[in-house]
Amino acid sequence: MSGRALELNGITKRFGALVANDDVTLTLGQGELLALLGENGAGKTTLMNILFGHYTADSGSVVAFGRTLPPGKPRAAIEAGIGMVHQHFALAANLSVIENVIAGTERLGALALNKRAARVKLAALSERFGLTVDPDARVGDLSVGERQRVEILKSLYRDARVLILDEPTAVLTHQEAERLYRTLRGMAEQGLSIIFISHKLHEVLAAADRVVVLRGGKVVAERKAGDTNREELAELMVGRRVARPHRDAQTPGAVALKADRVSVMSGGASLLADVSFEVRAGETLGVIGVSGNGQSTLGRLVSGLVSPSSGSLDLFGHPVAQFSPRGFVEMGVGRIPEDRNADGAIGEMTIWENAVLERIGEKRFSAGGLVRRGPARAFAAEIIRRFDVRGGGPDTATRLLSGGNMQKLILGRNLIAAPKILVAAQPTRGLDEGAVAAVHAEILAARRAGTAVLLISEDLDEVVALADRVQAIVKGRLSPPITVSDADPRRLGLMMAGAWDEAA
Amino acid sequence: MRLERRAHVPLSLAIAAPIGAVVAALILAGLLIALAGVPVFEAYRRMLIGAFGSRLSISETLTRTTPLILTGLAAAVAFRSRVWNIGAEGQFYLGALATAALGSKLGLHLAPLVEIPILMLAGALAGALLLLVPLGLRLKFGVDEVVTTLLLNFVAVLFVSMMIEGPLKDPLAFGWPQSVPILADMALPKLLPRSRLHIGLLVAIGLALVLYFVQSRTRFGLEARAAGLNPQAARFAGVPIGWILVRVALISGGLAGLAGAIEVLGVKGYVTTDLSPGFGYTGVVVAMLAGLNPIGVIVAALFVATMFVGADGMSRAMGVPSFIADVIVALSLLTMLVALLLANYRVRR
Amino acid sequence: MMDALDIFATAGLWAAVLRIATPLIFGTLGALVCERAGVLNLGIEGIMTFGAMVGWLTVYHGGDLWLGLAAAALAGAAFGLLHALLTVPLGLSQHVTGLGITLFASSLSYYIFRLVVPVSGTPPTIEPFQPLRIPYLSDLPFLGEAVFAQTAPTYVAILLAFLIALALQKTPLGLAVRIVGENPHAAEAQGIDPIRVRIASVVFGSALMALGGAFLTLAAFNSFFPTMVQGRGWVCIALVVFASWRPERALLGALLFALFDAYQLRLSHVVGKAVPYQVFLMIPYLLSIAALLVMARRARVPQALMQPFRRGER
Repeated sequence: MSGRALELNGITKRFGALVANDDVTLTLGQGELLALLGENGAGKTTLMNILFGHYTADSGSVVAFGRTLPPGKPRAAIEAGIGMVHQHFALAANLSVIENVIAGTERLGALALNKRAARVKLAALSERFGLTVDPDARVGDLSVGERQRVEILKSLYRDARVLILDEPTAVLTHQEAERLYRTLRGMAEQGLSIIFISHKLHEVLAAADRVVVLRGGKVVAERKAGDTNREELAELMVGRRVARPHRDAQTPGAVALKADRVSVMSGGASLLADVSFEVRAGETLGVIGVSGNGQSTLGRLVSGLVSPSSGSLDLFGHPVAQFSPRGFVEMGVGRIPEDRNADGAIGEMTIWENAVLERIGEKRFSAGGLVRRGPARAFAAEIIRRFDVRGGGPDTATRLLSGGNMQKLILGRNLIAAPKILVAAQPTRGLDEGAVAAVHAEILAARRAGTAVLLISEDLDEVVALADRVQAIVKGRLSPPITVSDADPRRLGLMMAGAWDEAA
Repeated sequence: MRLERRAHVPLSLAIAAPIGAVVAALILAGLLIALAGVPVFEAYRRMLIGAFGSRLSISETLTRTTPLILTGLAAAVAFRSRVWNIGAEGQFYLGALATAALGSKLGLHLAPLVEIPILMLAGALAGALLLLVPLGLRLKFGVDEVVTTLLLNFVAVLFVSMMIEGPLKDPLAFGWPQSVPILADMALPKLLPRSRLHIGLLVAIGLALVLYFVQSRTRFGLEARAAGLNPQAARFAGVPIGWILVRVALISGGLAGLAGAIEVLGVKGYVTTDLSPGFGYTGVVVAMLAGLNPIGVIVAALFVATMFVGADGMSRAMGVPSFIADVIVALSLLTMLVALLLANYRVRR
Repeated sequence: MMDALDIFATAGLWAAVLRIATPLIFGTLGALVCERAGVLNLGIEGIMTFGAMVGWLTVYHGGDLWLGLAAAALAGAAFGLLHALLTVPLGLSQHVTGLGITLFASSLSYYIFRLVVPVSGTPPTIEPFQPLRIPYLSDLPFLGEAVFAQTAPTYVAILLAFLIALALQKTPLGLAVRIVGENPHAAEAQGIDPIRVRIASVVFGSALMALGGAFLTLAAFNSFFPTMVQGRGWVCIALVVFASWRPERALLGALLFALFDAYQLRLSHVVGKAVPYQVFLMIPYLLSIAALLVMARRARVPQALMQPFRRGER
């Protein structure tokens, strides 16, 4: 028993018909760094949520330091010494660092918060683990890296002996990620036991002692980091050698989309600064970057939602005078938004309504103010057929579709019109391997058919597989482009960190 | 306890929801009737008699239904696009005032066939303009329209009071201040002789049907619904949210203003500060009971009118304060919210 | 013109300011506590009405004035519990539920009142709170009359504003309320139960609202009549925004507001027939709208205000 920090025994969890965790058993030793590896939908986050008490397992138990934990109670997990660093930080932006850290640590009946003692403890922890942060700063004003430090400090403040990190480097730059690995290693050496969830193979190999691979809710393998390699892990993670489609070489045509020194300001803040790029027919330009560097604004710019404060955007050689979503659609721009639920589709509406909404002004879909339902439903039916959208027919509520099928619908409604330009922002976020392959195949098919594709993505593998040329976006600026044949990981890392001279 | 969204809501459940809500409200209100020392079933029987027991009471109930259909439609149209118009009360009063002013001897003096529609339009316009103020504050400055529409209700009623004690005062009236009356031939023709029931009911029902058509078949209806369900996605799809909401507000405020106009033209003939016993607020309940569906509004308005007219009769016969109708209606709103939840979600342990 | 300015020099004006502000202070503090925890409570108008009725009814039936206040607070808490149960664990629309509570509480208060007090010419009255003169301080010139000769509930209201401000900033309970209103998932991850905290906050806040209503019948006036709250509840909702959700500013806002209200009452006597009295009565509501406009993009809203909390949903 000694030496074991955590045991998960036979954890099973179902959500309706979906089995998220299927009889999962794993252990974590004291002072060990364990990586939980799996693709999207493999059940990693669900498992950790059960461990921490956010969810209750249908069967199985969690044992921490020899004691079985009562299920569904984060408080019990915290008291047993488990701390969780969530992927989407669980922080209150309007409160200060110290308030975020100490909330929930003192008895509700107490008359006063003991901030002085808290400050001393926080300073000691910062010192010991190298996590410097200003305790009185408003959390909303901190950088992403600093906010993650606050998240970690929250757990350490509660004397966590086990730390769970959910995709900790998803929002960090390369350097910040390296720094985090060193910090975690240091913590492990001081006796902390650490589990981190990841789907990034290089990270798992670099940072962990041991790797547990989850696939389809089951544990499929366990390896020591030193005993395995990327290929083996990739195969274990995915199960079969899924060949992700790759692009063929192709000669690009005329410039279809061009940005010339575009800046976008909002309320005094600069969202995009002096951005220039061009995309030709039949080529894919990939824009890589860690989230939060202006990708959203870039996506909205080329979708017609926001207009430049200075500079110009040209479509087919003509500068755009009026920025409007429908204007762009009319001019032949297909747009895949980065958040399909918030921007891409209205869940409560039917598939046919979501299929035609952005083109409702077209004669075939509306006449004299009336919606022409017949053609609209036929259009939707065609999309469903051509793009293999499963889960319903034209009259089904869109919210009933799975993420992958909703994305196929969104792709389909754009591609069926043979757009000359395609803007795809994070097109495979949150999708399982099968859906990813389908989306990639469609993007490549569009490119083959002569569409100019602008691909904005955080996923390096995706960009390298699909793009012809690559630019990095850092703090609202775009690096000079490089061809993808010159794009090795080192160079891409430098570009994403903003070191463009070194990368050249 | 966990709530799980149902994939499909069977029609039977969708219809059972408002019925169940009403029954629950009647049961709860029954407790209050018992508190008054009055036998509950007898009281409800008297309410039905009060609402439908004679030719006169049926006409009264239908007369009462008319403004409720219109304010119910006003709320339903607005809420569907997430415009929280709680200002129908004030819009009603301004509509009534505009109509009285223009339809009186101080006003237009056109032939009734021409003038009556103009008066109704004027009332609608007055109500519409009032709602544009809070909507403008929301679109330009991000001010939540719930509180502004509520506050403007009080301002509007005070304005009406000021007008009917001032420039629009009826010099021939004793007692309570009231506005100049509309000219006799501007009054709406009756549907039923020797009763108060007027053709306004047909106008209201007609508008409900038109709205149903607009919402389900037109491009505007589709985009307005999109704007209410997910404004961000609607914007991405190019729906001109601001312009859509302005049109929604014109329709919603217009319907509420029309309610006031029709009440003046069809029932009272002049404006007083107690012209509306809360039609604007009750319209919200009507809209919710109807599931924001225009056809449903007709049925829900009839139910609410039945409660009010019935309670008047019951109150006279049995001594239960007539406020019981307001309680039943308010409870129906709360029970309807719970019923909707149960219809749309499954409760899981 | 001098007459108009002279009004400010009368102690009577300032005494009226504090009196008029008291229900607004209670109501605004009550709405503020609910909203800091993340729940908009539009039941305030109805809860104030019911508090006014219950407080009055208790005293009418022989209870003492403090018992009347306690009864009002209890009734407010009960409506608060109803609102909380519907909006927090069930997650129903806070807008519509609040309106429903207002309609329910108001109509119920009129119903019960009418049951107990049949219609008559003049409504029956009770003996309201008398001014509680603070020894020594109330003998001060001008200030004594203006500030230190108020009824007890007024002093309670002012004290409460400071206590709540302190509690929110300095106590663990206050921090729990604040974090639940900013990010309930974060609160849950740190062992705080957002559902319990929200329910408790709404219950407490609603009790305060009811006290505001009770002040109207037990101190400001001495009888209850329908529509006596006259939209004060909505004014309080606007004042919460104006106060940027801070209790000390809520106190200031209520006082400022009451100043306008008290002033216009006296000004209308001075100005007389020239301006219709309705214009003066409109001012409070228009001011509230102006307050909302001024604070529109500036105020720091509790980030989770109006967002229902569902366990296990991220």
